Amino acid sequence: MTNMKSDTAPLLEVRDLRVSYPTRDGRTEVVRGVNFTLGRERLGIVGESGSGKSQTGRAIIGLTPPTGRITAERLAYKGTDLLTASPRQRRQIRGGGIGMVLQDPRFSLNPLMTIGQQIVEALRSHVRVSGSDARRRALEMLERVRINDPERVFGLYPHEVSGGMGQRAMIAMMLIAGPDLLIADEPTSALDVVVQIEVLAILDQLVAERGMGLIFISHDLRLVSSFCDRVLVMYAGRVVEEIEASRLSEAKHPYTRGLLDCVPRLHNDRHPLPTLQRQAEWAV
Amino acid sequence: MMPEAYNPPAPGWREWLLTERPASRRQARLGRAYASWTRFASNRLALVGLAILVLLLLVAVFAGLIAPDSPVVGGDLRTARLLPPSAAHVFGTDDQGRDIFSRIVFGSRLTLMIVFLVAIIAAPVGLLMGTVAGYAGGWVDATLMRITDIFLSFPKLVLALAFVAALGPGIENAVLAIAITSWPPYARIARAETLAIRNSDFIAAVQLMGASPVRIVLRHVVPLCLSSLIIRVTLDMAGIILTAAGLGFLGLGAQPPSPEWGAMIADGRRFVLDQWWVAAAPGAAIFIVSLAFNLLGDGLRDALDTRG
Amino acid sequence: MSDLHGKSGTGAPVLIADALGVDFGPFRAVDGVSFEVRPGESLGLVGESGSGKSTILRAIAGLAPISSGAVRFEGKPLGKRREKAFYRHVQMVFQDPYGSLHPRQTVDQILSEPLAIHRIADGERRIRQALDEVGLGSGFRFRYPHQLSGGQRQRVAIARALITEPELLLLDEPTSALDASVQAEILNLLEEIRQHRRLSSILVSHDLAVITHLCERLIVMQSGREVETLTSRQLVAGEVTKPYTRELMAASEGFRRKEPVPA
Repeated sequence: MTNMKSDTAPLLEVRDLRVSYPTRDGRTEVVRGVNFTLGRERLGIVGESGSGKSQTGRAIIGLTPPTGRITAERLAYKGTDLLTASPRQRRQIRGGGIGMVLQDPRFSLNPLMTIGQQIVEALRSHVRVSGSDARRRALEMLERVRINDPERVFGLYPHEVSGGMGQRAMIAMMLIAGPDLLIADEPTSALDVVVQIEVLAILDQLVAERGMGLIFISHDLRLVSSFCDRVLVMYAGRVVEEIEASRLSEAKHPYTRGLLDCVPRLHNDRHPLPTLQRQAEWAV
Repeated sequence: MMPEAYNPPAPGWREWLLTERPASRRQARLGRAYASWTRFASNRLALVGLAILVLLLLVAVFAGLIAPDSPVVGGDLRTARLLPPSAAHVFGTDDQGRDIFSRIVFGSRLTLMIVFLVAIIAAPVGLLMGTVAGYAGGWVDATLMRITDIFLSFPKLVLALAFVAALGPGIENAVLAIAITSWPPYARIARAETLAIRNSDFIAAVQLMGASPVRIVLRHVVPLCLSSLIIRVTLDMAGIILTAAGLGFLGLGAQPPSPEWGAMIADGRRFVLDQWWVAAAPGAAIFIVSLAFNLLGDGLRDALDTRG
Repeated sequence: MSDLHGKSGTGAPVLIADALGVDFGPFRAVDGVSFEVRPGESLGLVGESGSGKSTILRAIAGLAPISSGAVRFEGKPLGKRREKAFYRHVQMVFQDPYGSLHPRQTVDQILSEPLAIHRIADGERRIRQALDEVGLGSGFRFRYPHQLSGGQRQRVAIARALITEPELLLLDEPTSALDASVQAEILNLLEEIRQHRRLSSILVSHDLAVITHLCERLIVMQSGREVETLTSRQLVAGEVTKPYTRELMAASEGFRRKEPVPA
């Protein structure tokens, strides 16, 4: 595809993204040439531990630790190259343009600030608003993530709320500055199943209402496919299959099929469970 | 005749040590030791520290061969007193006409003895107090830790002074006094480490095997506390040498004419303005050995990280 | 109390819990839960975090206090202090394979420890057999935990639990820290071992599908209380009576969009 004639650049362009870390025997690449273009859609990235899915998400928003090295032919948000952007530009994009929700709100919220303060802080670092305005908008946002008494939760510290509540607060904080792209890295894996579904519903609604782009990173292929339009399946740092979520049952790659197959199910369960026979050529 | 068996090319000893699939307990243990050593050796300064201490050990062992003169019997008091450094006396002579170089060489034995004795008395006591207190909890913890607090709340040198005053001056009593005053921090460290691991699943797993508390502490808790303790003891060695020197300086440690470095500085103090070498040589020796222990401790910290 | 329509389980129960209660200070973690485990049966405890399901296991193992009620193992009530023999017959596999193996011991040392404690002879043969049984083989015998993957570590933990040949195995979320493909391998292994050894077990999990895969019966728990006890078949057939169980079932089906939203 060469023609990019519309002047609206895609939300995110990723071409030949590579992330490497130093080890005893030279550098090891954990992401090895990932390509995708994202519009205002919901993209799932699925893989097991060590597949490079989280490293991909972190590289996009700039959370790769200092020892890691990122290279890419192109890594651009709305046409702005993220690798050559100035620190100021990057700060602007981070939070203002791209938001990120991490796995466990207990570790990603500041324990010394109330939830309300953190949401206000997130807003005011990107938008010039008065204190009372910021407070009003923060309360509104808490309401949007279906927190019943936002006034009370506004004044609570992260350790005083449940995991589900914390994750909603995290989503409120990430969405308040109105980013166009949200990266959610296992946003519900630390939550109980029932709460998990609630949080996903909130996320789903907000993303749809605002017409945002979403990158949903998870180990759970079924969950991702029920939530996203398109799925990238990663293995050993590479994308081994890209598939429409609705056509997951037609997946061709043996790894994708294996992942789908090996989970126990309530209905027509199999004994023994089919296991994944890893092939060396998948990692090539 | 036997068919010729296929002999795989003999792997180098490095591969043998670093293999992910050791074939025996010995290989696994050696492999881990080697991995620690490579981490340690990547720190140049730590190697310098180690080299100095190995040198000190050799000097102590071969003191009789290295020292040109007797450390105790001086030369002619009229002609050999307080001579400046020269070819005959590398570090000069002291007020008794004794060769300072020889005294320092023999003094290394005393220094090593102090360090060694303190380490084997204080470290195990602290380790045992700390792990038992941390693992047992409850009143055992409270009692042991209050005792530790009492020892900790005295200034170290003052407490050591009190012990030496009660027991009488002398190198053995100095060692005992230093050991008695230096175990409490080790108990604190060991207790903190124990608290961090006592609720972990691998300890629960041994409890579920029916292991007795004594067995759990000795076989499962102590090995995990050991590395941070070794690091701490090594870093403390400098302080121990200085305390020993301090006691010697105050006349409560090694008694004349034994060539203890601290006592030598005390002797040299009277002439420090005119015959500076008398105090400077033992001072430099203390400085270098203390520094070596600190460098070694830093290297050990890198080498003995808690992972695996 | 619980119905006993499960297919396996004849003979006297291996374990009986009668109105078991566990208090941590003022907090009641388990509130009057009763059940029994028959020989060769696998019982599931399912619920969300804080439902008390893991606490029940820990109370049976002696890692949490039994504050009220009683637990009987092979007819004998379990007190605060357990005999050494008890630990030979009841073993546990923990959730986190990274935290349940001593970081400074080789697999060999880890497996030798229970043999040394119980003064079991022919350790050499048992260690080899245990490693083979969990599919590791002797190549892993002298490795340290940091040289193993999560699934391999969990296999070592299972080997450690089996080496004293216990009658009752307590499984505390044994696969929830593992990747899906590794989970399948471990679940197959556990099933194989059960059939092979006629082992009774209690499996704790938050995943209904994992529970119904391995267990004949299950107890649904919420806030320290039993919601309902039913057979896996009843659950799969949807013959549940309590709304909470329905809610759990719906949630385990995954996310469903209420109405399709245009992307």
